[in-house]
Amino acid sequence: MSTQDRPKRRWHIVIFLTPAVLVYTALMIFPLFGTLRLSLFTTVGQEQIFIGLDNFRTLLGDERWSNSFWNALKNNTWFFVIHMIVQNPLGIAIAAMLSSSALRFSSFYRTAIFIPTILSFVIVGFAWKLILSPLWGIAPDMLDAVGLKFLFKPWLGKEEYALTTLALISVWQFIGIPMMLIYASLLSIPDEVLEAGECDGITGMAAFWKIKLPLILPSIGIISILTFVGNFNAFDLIYTTQGALAGPNYATDVLGSFLYRTFFGFQMQLGDPNMGSAIAMMMFLVILLGVCIYLFGIQTRMRRYQF
Amino acid sequence: MNTTKLVSALLATSFLGTAAFAQDVTITVESWRNDDLLIWQNTIIPAFEAGHPGIKVVFAPTAPAQYNSALNAKLAAGTAGDLITCRPFDGSLSLYDAGHLADVGGLENMANFGPVAKSGWSTDDGSATFCVPMASVIHGFIYNKEAFEEVGVDVPNTTDEFFAVLDAFKEDGNYIPLSMGTADQWEAATMGYANIGPNYWKGEEGRMAVIAGDQKLTDPQWVAPYAQLARWGEYMGDGFEAQSYPDSQNLFTLGRAAIYPAGSWELSGFNAQAEFAMGAFNPPVQAAGDECYISDHVDIALGMNSATKNADEVRTFLNWVGTAEFASLYANSLPGFFSLSNHTVEMSDPLAQEIVGWRNDCNSSIRPYHQILSRGTPNLANEYWVSSANAIRGSMTPEEAGAHMQDGLASWYEPQQ
Repeated sequence: MSTQDRPKRRWHIVIFLTPAVLVYTALMIFPLFGTLRLSLFTTVGQEQIFIGLDNFRTLLGDERWSNSFWNALKNNTWFFVIHMIVQNPLGIAIAAMLSSSALRFSSFYRTAIFIPTILSFVIVGFAWKLILSPLWGIAPDMLDAVGLKFLFKPWLGKEEYALTTLALISVWQFIGIPMMLIYASLLSIPDEVLEAGECDGITGMAAFWKIKLPLILPSIGIISILTFVGNFNAFDLIYTTQGALAGPNYATDVLGSFLYRTFFGFQMQLGDPNMGSAIAMMMFLVILLGVCIYLFGIQTRMRRYQF
Repeated sequence: MNTTKLVSALLATSFLGTAAFAQDVTITVESWRNDDLLIWQNTIIPAFEAGHPGIKVVFAPTAPAQYNSALNAKLAAGTAGDLITCRPFDGSLSLYDAGHLADVGGLENMANFGPVAKSGWSTDDGSATFCVPMASVIHGFIYNKEAFEEVGVDVPNTTDEFFAVLDAFKEDGNYIPLSMGTADQWEAATMGYANIGPNYWKGEEGRMAVIAGDQKLTDPQWVAPYAQLARWGEYMGDGFEAQSYPDSQNLFTLGRAAIYPAGSWELSGFNAQAEFAMGAFNPPVQAAGDECYISDHVDIALGMNSATKNADEVRTFLNWVGTAEFASLYANSLPGFFSLSNHTVEMSDPLAQEIVGWRNDCNSSIRPYHQILSRGTPNLANEYWVSSANAIRGSMTPEEAGAHMQDGLASWYEPQQ
């Protein structure tokens, strides 16, 4: 018995954790601190000089920098809002339809809707740019065929539509993700629960609203936070369709493209890694704040059910 | 077909280069001119290699929009090629200041270039030159000759005539009068503002006056080009707001548009694609008899990566770039890129010859914001993309566009404060 008193060294914990910790530290944590360090310096001549938070003061205090910054943040927010009000409800609705046993060919629809998710941003960007092209695109022709040509606008080129159009393209591409996650959690709801509901007279739509929806709320929470992180990191789609200047007139400029232009430079403008890092840190803080609000404000209050 | 050829060519060079001719030195050219890949592989490199056994040249271009950032990253990481294609002015100057480009002013054939040609790649005091000038590009308008005959209009000399021509095409309805879009924004600036502007601000005179602080970008001669651009919008195709640069090129070469605000670099592409006769005219002046100005912009040069391991071979190549042989090869295989050297280069392309002929009648100037004025933040050379596109789309009035540029400049440029 006395040998049992000494706590056993649980080596397996260390062994299992090491690969992930090493890779994550090398690829994520180390660069994160590298960026933070870079954002506290400025380049004078060929030398890096420590200036504390001056880069952040410029970013938020200087009229030009802060205009660009708030414009980008506003665009990011709008991008996120579109996803939250279009992508996620639609994804849930599609998942609910797919999980109904009355639907035929459901595995075909499931695959077809999920496929764009695995396409590259570049392909999606260029394909949609062509579809919406006022010159060669099929969008104006299709609208013409149903007599709605007057509705067509060069959406990607108009300040008032461009960002929303891009957000909807992104919704088209990624709607498969919420659909799959919700679909999986809908399938995990035991039939007994639904049948018990039926005995109590809850069927059809009522069963969805009163039984299924509360049970998939945790999944919806996860999807929302994934959408939030993904949208505030957005860059690829905007860069491939609108270029680094995120035209027209910076109407589609998000933090990602603002960061890219600043950090790497663009055409005649030379890159400024220090200011770029400051923007990257602000992006990190915005996302961190959003995730914290979710984790501490929403996640902990959510009710979970075990079957 | 092209890809397989390319791949086999690359494979062949790599096998031959490593196995059979192991003593050969291979030097790599970094460039943004991926359109020129075949010209380098089929014309320029063979011509050089024929005269210089033992040196192999590989042309390794990057997409234009990524070039500057990719090059900076490669230089910082020490993986960049031996020869660096140089953007004009500050982009290359900063590379020189950072020690990435070597001083090549001492090359024998640098004597073949005049001070204007070297201005794009010299330090402000002119003491060091760090790239061998290759070519300049000239702005103007390329037009569809057949369309002009069909509608019965002549080449315009003044802006009033220019708009009369555009009106005639608009009325005729068979052609889009002006093939340009604002989706990519830069055409509005380089082919719009920088193209027509020199006639207003009198080329170098106005440009130097802004640098010296004697003129403001809110002065009439700097605002008037925006006012002309604002009138362009109604002559562009439906949905021009979402029309990209390749769209505009295709519209014109397919024969659906009459006039293309151009840079001379378009010529080789247009010659290959368009099946109709083309002509070119220089930017119309304000009133008949006015002196004309053109944007003859130093555009491209070649420099030496100071970290190269093959400095002697690179110098040999750069010196060759300064010869009449290279000037003629380059200007003829790339009609529209005009040699900057003092050699007389006969060009077989009539349109190229016509465009370069403007140099005799008009005053040459470079793009307004490329020297010195694009040194600060905001960067004027980028800002005028946005303000020119905004002027065409009508989301900024010409006065607002001028004020926007002046505010930006004054925020960091002392002579303007």
